[in-house]
This record gives sequence, C-alpha cells and structure tokens, in this order.
Amino acid sequence: MTTSPRRVWWKTVVGLVLTGLMLFPVYWMINVSFTRDQDMRADPPHLFPTDGTLDGYRAVLDQQLPYLGTSFLVGLGTVALTVALAAPAGYALAKLRPPGGPALSFLLLIAQMIPGIIMAMGFYAIYLTLGVLNTLPGLILADTTLAVPFAVLIFTAFMSGIPDELLQAAVVDGAGRLRTFWSVVLPVSRNSIVTVSLFAFLWSWSDFIFASTLAGGGDHQPITLGIYHYIGNNNQQWNAIMATAVVASIPAAVLLVLAQRYVSMGVTAGAVKD
Amino acid sequence: MAWGFLAPTVVYLLAFYAYPLYRNVELSLREYTVRSFVQGGAPFAGLDNYRTVLTDPAFWPTLAHTLVFTGASLVFQFTIGMALALFFRQHFPLSGTLRALILVPWLLPLIVSASTWSWLLNSDSGLVNAALGVVGIDPVNWLTSPTWSLTSVIIANVWIGIPFNLVVLYSGLQAIPVEVYEASALDGASGWQRFWSITFPLLRPVSAITLLLGLIYTLKVFDIIWIMTRGGPTGSSATLATWSYRLGFGNMLPEFGPGAAVGNLLIVMALIAGLVYIRSQRRQYQR
Repeated sequence: MTTSPRRVWWKTVVGLVLTGLMLFPVYWMINVSFTRDQDMRADPPHLFPTDGTLDGYRAVLDQQLPYLGTSFLVGLGTVALTVALAAPAGYALAKLRPPGGPALSFLLLIAQMIPGIIMAMGFYAIYLTLGVLNTLPGLILADTTLAVPFAVLIFTAFMSGIPDELLQAAVVDGAGRLRTFWSVVLPVSRNSIVTVSLFAFLWSWSDFIFASTLAGGGDHQPITLGIYHYIGNNNQQWNAIMATAVVASIPAAVLLVLAQRYVSMGVTAGAVKD
Repeated sequence: MAWGFLAPTVVYLLAFYAYPLYRNVELSLREYTVRSFVQGGAPFAGLDNYRTVLTDPAFWPTLAHTLVFTGASLVFQFTIGMALALFFRQHFPLSGTLRALILVPWLLPLIVSASTWSWLLNSDSGLVNAALGVVGIDPVNWLTSPTWSLTSVIIANVWIGIPFNLVVLYSGLQAIPVEVYEASALDGASGWQRFWSITFPLLRPVSAITLLLGLIYTLKVFDIIWIMTRGGPTGSSATLATWSYRLGFGNMLPEFGPGAAVGNLLIVMALIAGLVYIRSQRRQYQR
C-alpha cells in the first residue's frame, strides 16, 4: 500500500483544522488583548483586531510589572531549590540503592496526588504561626512542593541510565561519591536538569492556590494574582486582562519553542514507565 | 552514604509534606476560631467538624458535582485525546509540529485559560453566544445560571486535559509494533476492526494509567472552577476542592475546621485512586 502525496496533504489540512480548533481560545485571548474598549461588546464580535489598540499592553506595563517580577523571582527560587534537593536524591535512588529507597519512591508518587487545597491550608496554618505569610521565601518553599516529587522521579529515571562503568572510572581515579556526583553525574544529566528546571519554573509561575492563600495580602504578589485582581476589579477592561494573560503565557510559549522534546518527556515520564 | 544524598529530601518531605498534612488533620479535629487559630488553644472537637460537613445541605450536591465534573471530564478528555492520538500517529507533513502546538492549552497557566474561557462564555459579549446566535439559538447564561455553570467549567477543563491524554496515549501507540498491524492488514481487517481488535486491547494498560492519572488530577482541580464561577451561582458548580477553599478562605469568617475536614475527605478519595493506580502499574511491571 503506497499513499499518494495528495492523500498525505489532505491529512495535513485536517491536522491544521484540528489544531486550529484546539488553539482557537488562545487566538481569541490574543485578539481580545488588542481590541479597543468600545469594540469589546460589539455584535457580532470582531474576529480580527483590525482597529487594534495597545492600550491593554500599556496597562500591563503600568500596573503589572511588579507582579511579573515577583513571579520571575519566585520561579527562579523554586527552580534552584528543586534541583538542589532532587538531583542528589535522584542520584542516590538510582545508583546507590539505599535500603528504604523503593519506599521513598512510593511516598513521592503518593505525594504528587495530594490536592493543592489541602497543602495550602496546612501551609497557611504553619506560616501564620511562624509569621512568614506574604514573604517571598515562604511562597518559594510552598511552590517547590509542586515540583520536588516529580523532579526526584525524573532524576531517578534518568540517572538509572548512566552506565556504571562511567561512575566506577571516576572512583578508580580517586574521586569520592560527592566528587563523582558533582563532576560526572551532574554534567551528563544536563537534559534532565533542563526538563526539571523548565517544569519547576512553569508550575511555580502558574501557581494560583498557594499565591492566593499564602501571599494574597502582601507586597509580594505573583502575576496569577495580578490577573485575578484584574478580573475582580475592573470587569470592563478585558483588553488589559487578556494582555496580561498573553504576557503571563510567555514562559509556556518559550518552553514549547526551546524545549519541545523535553516537554513531551516530562508529560509522559509521570505516566508511562519504560 | 546514600542517605547523605537523600537526607535533604527526606527532611524536606517531613517538613513540607508530612507536617502540613498533619496540621490539616489537626485543624479538622479541633474547633478553631480566628483567635485560637492565631493564638492556639482551640478545644479538641473529635469528629464534630466532619459531622458538620456531612450533615450540611451542601454536602451531597457538592459530592455529586465533584463526581459529575470528574466523570464527564475524563470521558471527553480521553475520547478526544484518543481520537487525536490515532490521527497524529499517521505521519504526515507537519504532524510533529502540530502535535507539539496542541500541547499549548496544557502548558498555559490555569488562570490564563480560565479567564479566557470566562470571556468566551460571557453571557452578553462572549463569542460562544454570538456563534450560537448565528444559528438561531438564544444566548445561554453559561457562567451565571445554575443550570449551565457546571457544564461550563467541564468544557474548560476538558480543553485543558486533552493534550495530556493525547501525549500519553500517543506514546502508548508508538509502543505497539508495526508487525501486528501488517499481519492484520493481510487478513483484510478494516480500520475500525483494527482499532477494536488490536489497538484498543494492546493499549489497555496505558489507557488505564491515563484514566487513573486523569482521575487524580481532576479530583484536585480547583483553579479553573474558582476563577470561572467561584463554585457558584448558589453552589451549582462547587466541588469538594472549591468548597474546602470557600470554607477556609472564601468568607469573611473563616471556618478552618470544616474546611480542613472537607479537604481530608478529598484526600481520601484521591489516595484511593492513587493506590489503584500504583497497583495497576505494578501489575504492568510484572507482566
């Protein structure tokens, strides 16, 4: 059976239509972000921003920069802490086979299943007592719980694939475990470090529940709360809301463009083993 | 030595998983007021909070919404995800790029998706009602009528969940050897027969895992519903997750005890699903 080139192109057309349908809400978000206030409630709605305006984006620059900065800092902090905790743990679970290792992996699987609202309430109670509500470190710590279990499992899966000979060669050269980890394991694990960092950043950037419970009343509010306040306060300025949403989507877009194969790897890693 | 590398993570899990969970259980077993929440000394109340929650008139409707939301989301996400995975398995020009683009809804921050859908479904100016108007259907109050609010949040959640189902099922399809299909093509099986007699049975383990993970994720969903409808109007789209949040943080006078109790009921449901998931994965390993 040979398929003619024409049949194949027909499939591409169907594929384009399906993708277009799936991504239509994203297009609509971008379209609305450029729509003028007076056209917002036009009937029928304007399908293209022909009389476009940048007012929405001007509002982002005027009002949302502090929120974006907070999200960026929290994202970086989450990435750093997640990798620092999870990479050594993944190495130990994959290569050093400690007693109790499988039980720990099991706990990490379970940990991913805990609903965010429960963690948020527990954190709120603890942070209130410690007085670290509405602080950057507090939010970073809470956000790492979104990523650490996933990160350890990814590192374990990846580092299991490092050939033992490579590690033994380092030991023969007189390197201790710590040195082996630092100068052999970490450099060859670059791909998994990239994957983990991207997801950790994206998840902390997208987090709403910890932000609204643990940072909702302070000076350090991330962009998810910026949008949320927008929806609550000025219901009329949908171009500003959608412009903020577009800006808040940039990390996801960057991630997809720069690291497409890592994304698929990350999505399936949690679900399909080997 | 190995535990030296693991120690930070173990300490971390104890401090930032086990302890918040413990605090949550403790919250649900005491009678907290705002004052005792801050200063401590709340009296032990046994299972009173759970009794309060279970006898609340909102309990059964909320549980029903949770089950409908989860069930409907899973059915549609899985079916559409499977159809797309089967379609994208036939390689054609651009198939890889388009498959990657479909991931976008899954990667967007939930608040972005939720606010975009809120505007699409807006009663007066939303595009959905405008499109319905073109074919002569009266506008629907998607987010503001109790009849439609649950449907609206399900639509948004299905949209977000399709990419995950597509990617996982697609990777499962890749694992089916081509020879199996070649043999059946010789036997003259049609496309539909091939799906039901080969693809679907061979994909059963991956399908089970996809559905179970979907179940665990969907039970947790909070952001979408809270941002689009806040569980309203009049609780018509409230699930256990949003109800727990409303009790703890949504009102002027927080009710942490009952809120934590609802949260703990939710965690029991998620853990049951989780244990089923882990068991089914173990079985798959052993085979």
